[in-house]
Amino acid sequence: MLAQFGYGILLITFLLSLYAIAAAVHGYFTQSTRAIESARRSMLLTFPLISLAAASLILLLVQGDYNVQFVYEVTSRSMPTYLKITAWWGGQAGSLLFWSWLMSAFATAATLRKWDRDIEFLPWVIVVASVTLAFFLALNILFEDPFARLYQTFDGSIAAYQFAPAGATPVVPADGRGLNPLLRHPGMIIHPPLLYLGFVSYVIPFAFAIAALITGRTDDRWIRLTRRWSLWAWLFLSFGLVLGGRWAYDVLGWGGYWGWDPVEIAAFMPWLTGTAFLHSVMIQEKRGMLKQWNMVLIILTYALVIFGTFLTRSGVLSSVHAFAQSAIGPSFFVFIGATFVTSIALLLHRWNDLRAEAEMKSLLSREALFLLNNLLFMSVLVVCFWGVIFPLISELFTGQKVTVGPPFYERANSPLFAALMLLMGIAPLSAWGHSTMQTLGRALWKPAIAAGLGTVAIYFTYTTHIIALIGFFLVFFVILVTLYEFWRGARARQRAQNEHFFTALSRLTGRNRRRYGGYIIHISMMLMAIGILGIELFQSETQGTVQVGESLNLQHYQLVYEDIARFTGPDGREVTRAVIQVYKDGQPVAELHPRTDYYWEAQQNMTIPGVRSTLADDVYVLLVDWEPASAIGATFKVYVNPLVNWLWLGSFLFLAGVVVAAWPDKDPESVTARARARGARQISAAD
Amino acid sequence: MPRTLRNTKYVILLFLILTTLLASPAFAQGSNPPTDDEVNAIAKQLYCPVCENTPLDVCPTQACAQWRDLIRLMLSQGKGEAEIKQYFVDNYGARVLNEPPRSGLNWLAYLVPPLAILAGAFIVFRALRAWKKPATASPALQSEADAPADDYVARLEEEVRKRN
Repeated sequence: MLAQFGYGILLITFLLSLYAIAAAVHGYFTQSTRAIESARRSMLLTFPLISLAAASLILLLVQGDYNVQFVYEVTSRSMPTYLKITAWWGGQAGSLLFWSWLMSAFATAATLRKWDRDIEFLPWVIVVASVTLAFFLALNILFEDPFARLYQTFDGSIAAYQFAPAGATPVVPADGRGLNPLLRHPGMIIHPPLLYLGFVSYVIPFAFAIAALITGRTDDRWIRLTRRWSLWAWLFLSFGLVLGGRWAYDVLGWGGYWGWDPVEIAAFMPWLTGTAFLHSVMIQEKRGMLKQWNMVLIILTYALVIFGTFLTRSGVLSSVHAFAQSAIGPSFFVFIGATFVTSIALLLHRWNDLRAEAEMKSLLSREALFLLNNLLFMSVLVVCFWGVIFPLISELFTGQKVTVGPPFYERANSPLFAALMLLMGIAPLSAWGHSTMQTLGRALWKPAIAAGLGTVAIYFTYTTHIIALIGFFLVFFVILVTLYEFWRGARARQRAQNEHFFTALSRLTGRNRRRYGGYIIHISMMLMAIGILGIELFQSETQGTVQVGESLNLQHYQLVYEDIARFTGPDGREVTRAVIQVYKDGQPVAELHPRTDYYWEAQQNMTIPGVRSTLADDVYVLLVDWEPASAIGATFKVYVNPLVNWLWLGSFLFLAGVVVAAWPDKDPESVTARARARGARQISAAD
Repeated sequence: MPRTLRNTKYVILLFLILTTLLASPAFAQGSNPPTDDEVNAIAKQLYCPVCENTPLDVCPTQACAQWRDLIRLMLSQGKGEAEIKQYFVDNYGARVLNEPPRSGLNWLAYLVPPLAILAGAFIVFRALRAWKKPATASPALQSEADAPADDYVARLEEEVRKRN
C-alpha cells in the first residue's frame, strides 16, 4: 500500500510541476499575476508532496519491506536503523528521489523570498526549477521507480513492476541484499548529500540567470540576488569533494584520497566553473564587465551539474564510484543537450545587451587578473573534460578502449594549479581599474622576499625537490600576501578607530565579509596545497609478507607485526584484524589495527587501513592478505604520506572562510548602506 | 552475473597461462624472487583489465592478485618493465595502460587540451585588447562603474597611505 501511495504521490508531483511550468509561462505572456501566483503555489506544494513520497520510502526501508525492489537491494535485517535511513541515497532510484527532494526544497526557499522588486524574474525561476524537477521526477517514474515491487510471472522469472502483469504473484524475500559495504562509512553517509546539495543549489543561480536573459533585465541584479546561493552551493560542493576524498582515504585502501577517477572529476568540473563564476561576478558587480561571460559560466555550471549526476548515474563511464548503472543515459543526454542549447540560444539573443560598461585600463588591474584566473580555471576544465570523454571518443571511433589516468591529469594540471596559486598571491594586491608594474611591484616585493627566505629554509631542512620548492614558495607567498592584507586593513582601522588590534581585525572582517572570507579561503587552499604537495611528491610505500614478531621498515618507521585475529562483527561481517606496533626511530609511537571486513551478503571485501596521523606525516597500513591455514604469515602494505593532514586541516579553515563570506545579513541592502554610512562617519571622524 | 562470469573466464585463462609458464624451465632456474615492491612498481603503472579505473597495485579482486603474481613470475624470468607492460597490452588491450599510448588517434588526447587552452588564451587576449580601446564606454558610465568599487576599502587604503 505504502509503495503504491509513494508512487502515486510522485505522479501527482510530476503533473503539478508540469502545471507550474505551463501556468508560469502563461502568466508571463498574459501578464496574469493570478496565473503566476498559481504557478508559485504549485511550486511550493511540490516540497511537502515529495517529502511525503520520501517519507514513504524511508518507512519502507526502515520496516524492511523486501517486496519493494529498492528496499531489497539496499538494506538487510542486520543493518542498524540509521543506515537503513541513509540507504535512501545508497542506490540509484533513491538517490534520484533525493535529488528531486532537495531540488524542490531549494526551489521552495527561492520562491518564498520577497519578490517585490524582482517580480518579473519569478515566473522564469519557477519554470527553470520546475523543468529540472519534472525531469528528475520523470526519471523516477519511468525508469528508476523506487517503489517498484518484486513479482514472479508465469514463466518463473522475477522482476520488479509498479503495475504487475496479470497473474503475477508478489515475491517477498526473507532478507535484503544489504547496502554496498563501501557505502556504510560515515564519510559516505554525508558525502553524497553534500555533493547533491552543491549540485542542486547551483540550479537557483542558473534559474535567475535564465530569468534575466528572458526578461531582458541585463543588469547585475540576478547576480546580487543569487550571490549567497552561489556561495552556499560552492561550499556544499567543495565540502562534498573533500569528504569524498576523506572517504576514499579511509575506506578504499589506496593510500590516497584522489585518483582522477571519472566520477571524482564529474563532481570537480562544476566546482571549477563555479569557482571561476564566484570570481568573475565580482568584475560584473564592480566594473560592469564580463556580463556575457558570467552567463556562459552559470550555464556551463548547470550543464556540468546535470552531467555530473549523469556520469555517476548512467553507467556510461563505469568506474569504482558508479555503483548504480542503468538505462537512463539517453534521457540525461537529451536533457543536457536541450537545456544547454536553449540557454546558449537565449544568451546569443541577448548578446548585445550584455556588453561591457567599462573598459579594461590595465593588464595588471584586478579585473584583468581575474580574467586570467578564469582562463586558468577553464583550462583545468578543458583538461578534465577531455580526459573524461576521450576514452568514449576512442572507443566510438577506433573501438579501442583506453584509460586516461592520473599521469595525464597531473602533468597537464600541475602548471595550471601553480599559475592559479601565483595569481592568488598577486591579485589581492592589485587594484580595480588600474595597476602598474610599479604599484604592484611595491606591494609584492616584501612578501616575495619573505616567501623566498622560507623556501630557502625548506631547501636546507626538508627537501631539495624542485617542484616541491616551487610549490612551497607559492604557498608561503600566498599566505604572506593574504596575512599582510589582513594586517594592513586592521592597522588602518585600529588607527582610525582607536580600537584594539584584534577588535579592529574582527570588525574589519565582519564589515567586508566577502573579501576577508575569501582571503580565509585562500589561506585554507594553501594549507590544502601543503597536504597535496606532501602526498603527491613524497609518498613512499613498501609491501611485504611477515611472520608474527617480524617487522617492515619504511623511512623512519619500523612496523612490528604482533598479532592477528578473525572474528564475526555485530552485523555479520567477518573481520580479520591485525595488531601492528609502530616505532619511530626506535621509540614506540602507536599501535595500529589494519583490518579486512568481509561482507557475506554482498560478497565483498573491505580493506580498512590502520592510520597514525600527525602534522608531519601519516603512517598508513593495510592488511593485504592473510589466510588462517597458511603458515607464510600476513602481507601488509605500508604507506608514509607526508603532510597529508594539512589537507584536512585546510578543509576546516575553508569551511570557516565560506561561513564568514556567506553568513546571511538581515537585509543585504540596508546592511551595506548602514556599513557605508558608518564607514563614512569613521573616516570623517578620523580626519 | 555477467561480470562474475567474465572474471571467472579471465581467472581460468590466467590459470592456464600461469601453469604453462610455471612448467617452463626458465622459472625453475629463477633464484632471487622479486619483492612485492618490485611487483607493485610495475602494477602501479597498469590498470586492472576487468574492473574499470582501478590501478592493478591496489585492486582487491582475486583476479588482480593473480595478475600481480604473473608480473612477479615474469620478473623472476628476467623480463623487464617495458616487456611486461607490452605483454599486458598485447593480451588485454591499451586500456591497461594508465595513459593512452602515443599513437594514431590517441594523439588527440594530448593535443586537444593545449590547443583549446591556446585558443582560450587568444580569445582572452583579443577581448583585453578590444576593451582597452576606449571608444565603447561613455564617460558617465565609466565613472559610475569606478565609484562603487569597494569604497570602504578604498577609504581604508587611502587612510593607510596618509598615515604611512
